[in-house]
Amino acid sequence: MEEINKELNEQIPDPEMSGQAQDAALESVQPQEGETSAAETSHEINVEKASKRQKIGKIFAYIGLYAFLTVMALVVLFPFYWMLISSVKTIAEYNLYSPTLWPKKFEWVNYANVFSKEAATIDLGTMFGNTVLVGVVSTILSLIVTVLSAYAFAKMEFRGKNILFGAMLATMMIPGELFTITNYITVTDMGMYNKYTALILPFLVSVFYIYLLRQNFLQIPNELYLAAKVDGTSDFKYLWRVMIPLASPTLISITILKMMGAWNSYLWPRLVADDGHQLITVGLRELADALSEGSTPNFPLQMAAVVLVTLPLLVVFLLFRKYIMRGVSRSGIKG
Amino acid sequence: MDEEKTLTEEPVLAEEVPEVLQSDDAAYENGDPVTAEEGGMPAEAQPGKKKKKGGKWQAKNQWKAWLYLLPAIAILAVFTVWPIINTIRMSFLDGFTYSAQMTHAKMNFGVKNFQAIVGDSDFLNALGNTMLLTVITVPVSTMLALLIAVGLNSIKWLKKVYQTIFFLPYVTNTIAIGMVFLAMFNIIGSWAGGMQPSSIGLINKLIVGCGGKPIDWINESSSKVANMAVLMIFIIWNALPFKILVLLGGLQNVDKQYYDAAKVDGASRFRIFWRVTVPLLSPMIAYVVITGFIGGFKEYNSVIGIFGEDMGPTGSPGRLMTMVGLIMNRIEDGSVKFYGEASAGAIILFLIIFAVTLINLYVSKKKVHY
Repeated sequence: MEEINKELNEQIPDPEMSGQAQDAALESVQPQEGETSAAETSHEINVEKASKRQKIGKIFAYIGLYAFLTVMALVVLFPFYWMLISSVKTIAEYNLYSPTLWPKKFEWVNYANVFSKEAATIDLGTMFGNTVLVGVVSTILSLIVTVLSAYAFAKMEFRGKNILFGAMLATMMIPGELFTITNYITVTDMGMYNKYTALILPFLVSVFYIYLLRQNFLQIPNELYLAAKVDGTSDFKYLWRVMIPLASPTLISITILKMMGAWNSYLWPRLVADDGHQLITVGLRELADALSEGSTPNFPLQMAAVVLVTLPLLVVFLLFRKYIMRGVSRSGIKG
Repeated sequence: MDEEKTLTEEPVLAEEVPEVLQSDDAAYENGDPVTAEEGGMPAEAQPGKKKKKGGKWQAKNQWKAWLYLLPAIAILAVFTVWPIINTIRMSFLDGFTYSAQMTHAKMNFGVKNFQAIVGDSDFLNALGNTMLLTVITVPVSTMLALLIAVGLNSIKWLKKVYQTIFFLPYVTNTIAIGMVFLAMFNIIGSWAGGMQPSSIGLINKLIVGCGGKPIDWINESSSKVANMAVLMIFIIWNALPFKILVLLGGLQNVDKQYYDAAKVDGASRFRIFWRVTVPLLSPMIAYVVITGFIGGFKEYNSVIGIFGEDMGPTGSPGRLMTMVGLIMNRIEDGSVKFYGEASAGAIILFLIIFAVTLINLYVSKKKVHY
């Protein structure tokens, strides 16, 4: 029992028990203990005696800790690795009974085949194009709408402002599936079925983005606004010249999150779009159905398509890590 | 609409507004960064003063504000407010379908849609699946995320690298990575009676390599337990990044004095973890658990990613049905399109999520410190 306990302790060393933090801890403790010098000296002796033993323990703790983190990181990374190497294997190599961890021969043609209607059985190229188009247009329009509303809520005064804002926030509690049914009816009634507008319009306004940007706008001091007013600057000019540059980090977060959402959406595009306007995620799923059955399933081609969908997002993430993580930590939504 | 009414009334009432707004704001803005920095001073006090001086400017600004809000309000009215009303309406119109929508037939009010969807053989299956998935994946992923977050918080070397790796699953397409899991767990064709399967996934290759018998995880002869196992692994893998991000953020804000005190008292690391770290992090833990439960009950894409649109292995469609899947089936179901039943399902889902969130909040109120 004790051993288990010890092991656990080592695996989870506390942040403040180590390194710099420990020095900081001692510093903050000592002044307080100044009143009783006896306690202080005994404390210091104890620290010296224990320090050697502690150091060895600490090293073991760190080894355990890094081992744990590394194992978990490998688990997280493995599907990515497997997707990448499988995407460049030949079907024969993929099907080998003893799996190869590195492709013997790089079959780059898998990637070309993703865009060949014959090999993939589905027109994935068009779907990629659709997804990019829908993603870019809906992000730009969404940014415009979000900026205007957030500005009105942050800096303008009008009657019913707080009631309206509160009501908008309240809609965030309702699961999106509840809107889907009526929106599907609305979209079909308006003749937007299988049109780009159906894919773009319903999700143009995100209350969460408005909220996020409004919070950012509120932090910009009002003095700037009043000064601009005295100078006779119009609201729109002030928004464009002062607010937007100052809030650009939040705007970048919103842009990326919105793009990610468009890139990954499945349920709605599947419902309202058909041949010619279908988005990539739906195409991927069709590809899996088409190429998994039968006597010669083609997993390498599937994985190549998956890489093409996944990689752009990973690259964007690595470039804008900070902005994405900051936006996400406040949302709790995926995409 | 409502907005326009306010707009026309405005100039007359302009003088009264500031007081109303001010008192409203003081309470409302409590959690605001601005208020916090100003040491509790109502955030809108300044604009309030400013407004009293220039009634004319304010009246002019009023319609401008509405102009700025117009696009958002118009879209929200059509695609958010109307759906709320209409979905409730449809759910209580007995047997409301696509054809009823088209012919504008007069329908009776009642609860038949609710009865129909609850009585559906798939309903209990869907409810059971979603509950099982949620009840298992949320605690497991939260615990794992907590361990990883505490680990990350106590290292310096390679911290950024690990942090980046652990976040990667978040920025992926659920359907796409679902296909990777499908490929890894797959086994296609029969291997019974000396036959060679036509394709075999990595996991079964490893099992066979270790001398075991291949397991059908997701194909025709698979068991539900095996299906669920794959699905849960995938969901947990997918759920970790957000939880780690939030918990690590919380850890970085913990006041170091608590640890100093615990250390002076000679508490062990294990004890510090349970008695200091977990309680101090409890608001963040409550947050990830609540969002985890909400996400769990809305599970859909993960099932589609691995099992396809049939939501089950070949031969057993609907075995892994979820609540959202049930609603989607009602909308799409052939030519009939049971809008009424789909709406009833959506409202039941909303009520479940609402109830679970309330329970979570109640529990965390008792358990969460400060």
